[in-house]
Amino acid sequence: MKAVILGCGRTGANLARMLVADGHQVTIIDKERAAFTRLGPDFAGTVVIGIGIDEDVLRRAGIEGAEAFVAVTNGDNTNSMAAQIARDIFGVRRVVCRIYDPLRAEIYHKLGLQVICPTLWGATWIKEVLES
Amino acid sequence: MYIVVVGGGKVGYYLAKSLLEEENEVLVIEKDARRCSLLTDELVGASILQGDGCEVVYMAEAGMGRADVVIAVTGDDEDNLAVCQVAKHKFSVPRTIARINNPKNEHIFRKLGIDVTVSSTELILSQIEQVLPAQSLFHLLTLRNVGVSFVELEISPTSPALGRPIRELGIPDDSVLPLVIRQGTETIIPFGDTVLEAGDQVIAVTAEASEGALRRILCGDETCSDQVVVREY
Repeated sequence: MKAVILGCGRTGANLARMLVADGHQVTIIDKERAAFTRLGPDFAGTVVIGIGIDEDVLRRAGIEGAEAFVAVTNGDNTNSMAAQIARDIFGVRRVVCRIYDPLRAEIYHKLGLQVICPTLWGATWIKEVLES
Repeated sequence: MYIVVVGGGKVGYYLAKSLLEEENEVLVIEKDARRCSLLTDELVGASILQGDGCEVVYMAEAGMGRADVVIAVTGDDEDNLAVCQVAKHKFSVPRTIARINNPKNEHIFRKLGIDVTVSSTELILSQIEQVLPAQSLFHLLTLRNVGVSFVELEISPTSPALGRPIRELGIPDDSVLPLVIRQGTETIIPFGDTVLEAGDQVIAVTAEASEGALRRILCGDETCSDQVVVREY
């Protein structure tokens, strides 16, 4: 699978390494060069520096031929906008976006995006641990 | 009308001020506390709410549910998009307007259902275009949904349209010339036998597809086509 990941934070970097380890072709985008150190020196994917809501940057990252796009920057609005660009402008089939704000996550879920809300998951799990 | 402005920077401030003068009810949402106290002092009659305008709680506190219009004018396109989408889909605001900082985002916003977009970069470009010489065709207005443009052309002394009545010029069927301004003062409603003169300003209504043909007929060139900036209202 050819995947483009936006945001090379802890989540993005770990996901990128995991996908590469499984044999997938990965390109990861971040606006800070320093973020790519999280990938380690032996990272076998491609890195692109740029703003993820810029179509030209996404094209440079090969979004046109990508089967999957994942938006995991630390900005909810950047993630939801990038995910919609990937889905509606470039027609990427599998698009996942992280939104921390549960209310916005719900709205974008209703708009048909595949949304991951770590805040809600985390709270739910912690509650389960406390009550078990 | 009840209008919520998200973003209290310079654009938001002057916008809110003008909207107040037109007797609208205006609320401004701004993140920065110091900016908020300045807005509270300066914008007499407006409500100022400190908070993140992308957050549903602040939107609810702002009474977004009864807003007639939401205008998002922060400096970040992704925030402006989120404000408008949440306003539309969560609060059913009938009209959403977004400022766009990167002109390339315009078609994205349009595709994602934002009613009106305003790109200051493009507005400035179109103003510059109007004062630059050697442009043969200006877009005055584009009705994108129906593919029609209002354009203005100046007839140059070398125009191939000089000296012949309009009916003989071969103007495309989907273009009309409703108005000619001669020497900057005289207005002429042209007919088939009107003859254009050098220096005439011609206002044309044309299908977008026929712009090139019209330009060839009236200006004799297509060289400026890549410099044309579309201004939308």
